[in-house]
Amino acid sequence: MGIVLLILLVLIVAVVLWAVFNYNGLIRFKNRIEAAWAQIDVQLKRRHDLIPNLVETVKGYAGHERDTLEAVINARNRAMTASGPAEAAAGENMISQALGRLFALSEAYPDLKANQGFQQLQEELTATEDKIAYARQFYNDSVFKYNAKIQQFPSVIFANMLGFKAREYFEADDESRGPVQVKF
Amino acid sequence: MYDQVVQNKRRSAVLVLAFVVFTALVLIAIAYGLGLGSWGIAIAVVLATGGALAAYWKSDAIALATSRARPADPIEFARLHNLVEGLCIASGLPKPRVYVIDDPAPNAFATGRNPAHAAIAVTTGLLQKMNRVELEGVVAHELSHVKNYDTLVATLAVIMVGVVTLIADLTWRFHWLSGHRRDNDNRNAGPGALLAVVGIVLLIVGPIVARLMHLAISRRRESLADLSAVEMTRYPPGLISALEKLQGDNTVVRSGSRATAHMWIEDPLAKEPEEGNWARLNRLFNTHPPLEERIAALREL
Repeated sequence: MGIVLLILLVLIVAVVLWAVFNYNGLIRFKNRIEAAWAQIDVQLKRRHDLIPNLVETVKGYAGHERDTLEAVINARNRAMTASGPAEAAAGENMISQALGRLFALSEAYPDLKANQGFQQLQEELTATEDKIAYARQFYNDSVFKYNAKIQQFPSVIFANMLGFKAREYFEADDESRGPVQVKF
Repeated sequence: MYDQVVQNKRRSAVLVLAFVVFTALVLIAIAYGLGLGSWGIAIAVVLATGGALAAYWKSDAIALATSRARPADPIEFARLHNLVEGLCIASGLPKPRVYVIDDPAPNAFATGRNPAHAAIAVTTGLLQKMNRVELEGVVAHELSHVKNYDTLVATLAVIMVGVVTLIADLTWRFHWLSGHRRDNDNRNAGPGALLAVVGIVLLIVGPIVARLMHLAISRRRESLADLSAVEMTRYPPGLISALEKLQGDNTVVRSGSRATAHMWIEDPLAKEPEEGNWARLNRLFNTHPPLEERIAALREL
């Protein structure tokens, strides 16, 4: 009897330990998704903050290119006042396109291109564009790992019991998938 | 691509495991064959482990100091900082410290015992010669070393090389001191003599084999870092084009030495193309796979 009891006890302890590790693992994966999502927001906000400076700088050299400048400002306003992810995504895509046109236009203004402030802003905006793409990539990677984990045996039992739901991927449309074409 | 990363990791683990087994076998053979007591073995293990762990703890400071790296100014080197930040977001790593080395030769290395204490250093030559996507490929390669804990793997390898070499050394000294007496005592001990021969062979061959296994692991980690880098950037042409530029470049890193060769993205010492019968043998002593092979592997993705 003693031995059976001991084996039973060991089994129970093992199961409890496994459950604890598994639960912590699931929480870690879930938190990573939240952090990845927050990172996308951080980078988008950074882009919104950089745009007014860029517009001011460009105005000093190419103020008459009003259409292009206004397109950038309008896109930014639209993205910032958007309600709901779909509208926000549309606004962000508009920013990407408008910025692409603005940088293409700057090629025609040697003085503007030589301006150090402009060069810095261009580098920052290009980098932010990259970081947005990387943040999305990390978000999708995290979702992939999380979804795989809650669908795999044996963690699937646990995930179902505690109501862990599969997450959705961040789908970018074709236009925003590629980085803005900027010549250096 | 993901499969290749997984496969490469597995091969690397097998290699490290084989190394551990080899080291253990050498220790046992020498202990039994030549009667160097367990004290000798213990001393060697402690010495080699202690030395390597001390180096491991201080690896970043040592590597950065010997290559004369200085912290990269966040405004002057904005692009480099931005690329590092972007790739860290992509891979979920904390941002490492960023350094530059004033050197016209394009090269880069990563160091630090874990991602929280990591540092990456690039030469000014690299910054001048690479465009944005190429630089991104190189930085991703270095961050992969951080992510894959390559300093830890290298330290493990160094410990084992150290143990085998120390044991060999201790045994030689021990036998040279007490040789005559033992010879007279054990002249006709059959199996003992055979074991002693095996032990002596191991004494000579062991340190060399250990060094070769260390180098094999180093080469394996390099190709793993190339693959992981592409997993990070999702853009193989960037790293391919960077490696091609390194291939075409003939400047040599001034602060590169044999001691730090394994850390750089490209072996700073291997600049002359090797040809002839010795090329294959020489390759066993390289810390990196040849650039052509690395480029070919990336093209297949």
